[in-house]
Amino acid sequence: MSGEEFVPLSLTPILIGVFTAVACALPGNFLVLRKQALIGDAISHVVLPGIVVAFLVTGSLAAWPMMIGAALAAVVAVILIEAIRRLGRIETGAAMGVVFTSMFAAGVLLLERSDTSTVHLDVEHALMGNLESLIWLDAYGWGSVLDPIALAGLPPELPRIFVTMLGVIAFTWLFWRPLKISTFDEGFAQGLGIRTGALGMALVIVSAIAAVAAFDAVGSIIVIAMFICPPAAARLMTNRLERQVGWSVVFAVLSAILGYVLAGYGPGWLGGDNAVSAAGMIAAVSGLILALATMFGPCRSRTGAPIEA
Amino acid sequence: MTHLELATDHGAVVQLQALDACPLAIRGLTVSYGEKPAVFSIDATVEQGSMTAIIGPNGAGKSTMLKAALGVIKPLAGTVTVYGKPLDTQRHRIAYVPQRASIDWDFPTRVIDVVLMGLYRDLGLLGRIGRKERDLAADCLDRVGMHDFADRQIGQLSGGQQQRVFLARALAQQADLYLLDEPFAGVDAATEKAIIDVLKTLKAQGKTVVAVHHDLSTVTEYFDRVFLINVRKVAEGPVENTFTSENLQQAYGGRLATTQIDDLSLTAI
Ligand SMILES: Nc1ncnc2c1ncn2[C@@H]1O[C@H](COP(=O)(O)OP(=O)(O)O)[C@@H](O)[C@H]1O
Ligand SMILES: [Mg+2]
Repeated sequence: MSGEEFVPLSLTPILIGVFTAVACALPGNFLVLRKQALIGDAISHVVLPGIVVAFLVTGSLAAWPMMIGAALAAVVAVILIEAIRRLGRIETGAAMGVVFTSMFAAGVLLLERSDTSTVHLDVEHALMGNLESLIWLDAYGWGSVLDPIALAGLPPELPRIFVTMLGVIAFTWLFWRPLKISTFDEGFAQGLGIRTGALGMALVIVSAIAAVAAFDAVGSIIVIAMFICPPAAARLMTNRLERQVGWSVVFAVLSAILGYVLAGYGPGWLGGDNAVSAAGMIAAVSGLILALATMFGPCRSRTGAPIEA
Repeated sequence: MTHLELATDHGAVVQLQALDACPLAIRGLTVSYGEKPAVFSIDATVEQGSMTAIIGPNGAGKSTMLKAALGVIKPLAGTVTVYGKPLDTQRHRIAYVPQRASIDWDFPTRVIDVVLMGLYRDLGLLGRIGRKERDLAADCLDRVGMHDFADRQIGQLSGGQQQRVFLARALAQQADLYLLDEPFAGVDAATEKAIIDVLKTLKAQGKTVVAVHHDLSTVTEYFDRVFLINVRKVAEGPVENTFTSENLQQAYGGRLATTQIDDLSLTAI
């Protein structure tokens, strides 16, 4: 494919897919190890009231108010969880369950009670996003990558998810050691003076930000898939956290690129005429990678519990 | 808050020095998870260079006491001083082996990586692990007889081997005060021997060891001081005159049959 065709039509969706996948897969490693993997799913439920309120306040479906509303809802959720955990003296998982369910219910209720139902808050859009539409019409070829005028016409989702990804990378890099130690052995981490409660919250907040930014760009199905599939597949490839995270990034990037290409051209190769949803295909490829890793990964058989001496 | 007064200028100099030497002083410690306190108004003074066993029935607050000493849980009341200073400034002098329950065995990490976690306070967030750190970790594994297992995934070891690795991690902390929570629980005889040898070596080097211990039959053999607890402090002192059937009865209530205590063939009644 020539640059004239590839750059405007395929470069930005692929990049957005890749950045999204990486931004979700990185914290996903820790979430999967902490058995909190469904938090990505939960977050996409929690943000619903935020999105509805943002719409009610601004009266528009523009991206920024939606994202701010979603992010605020996520932060409110995190604060509520911590408050319930402390005041009710129950464990984090239970507190999360309570908060996520109630906030989703509140979102549905708000949606029903207000006249937003006349507006198209589209379920399919929320699920699959619309990655294919995030094209770069101002581009004319590879030269546009260095052309400030063309760059100004980039879809806004691209810089947003890129900055989010950089933030996630910075967080993971900076807090690597305490995250690793406290995920492995919380009691010891606390003994070292690591504030494991705050760190766990920070991880959830960072995941929430990644989920919301990704949700905005590509829909929730990729978010859920990328939080779980690449890290879970990577775990089966190695017994070292450093390498697991490396593998998860490789799998995430691979899923994004392969998924996009297959969605665009796969049906044509098979004789069909309609391209399928790129987001759905990316999620499917990540699932396929996980299935392959489950069958052939070198570190499949592990002793979950210690062998008795 | 006696120790605070001591630490200020109007305290007696002699007492100040005595407190300085004391690796761990707990005063009036009360911790509660719910309505009922888990430990209530505990005073404890751990002597420099001693090996102290914390003894008491299940749920007596032994783990809670250690966690409060580490600042892991916030007490309702009471103070903890470590080598005469507030805990926060002395954390680097304490090593900790938690009860094994808190660990994710499936975690992707090798034995050597676990030991390197003991260096966190030295390395900080971004300090590089170099040759020196690796050699130290390898040496700590050597001391617990686990050198050959450095590259194994932690979940692939037996319970005893895992416990030795956690002791090696505590050794890597290069502390002066070692707090261990049931280090001998669920380990094989060889591991028990290896661990007690390491602890005795630490003591010989002038370090201080405090361990929650559940096997009453080995207390006299392993430790020189005991601290008996059942929510409140029952007794504290040298094994010879504190580890008595009377004190044990008091700590365990009716839960310990008299014959069990007789089997311990304690001298002092
Ligand atoms: N995280 C916790 N939340 C609520 N209660 C706890 C918690 N940890 C311990 N407890 C309670 O506090 C008491 C003392 O526990 P613990 O210090 O673990 O006892 P021990 O180590 O002597 O067996 C027990 O009654 C226990 O149920
Ligand atoms: Mg305990």
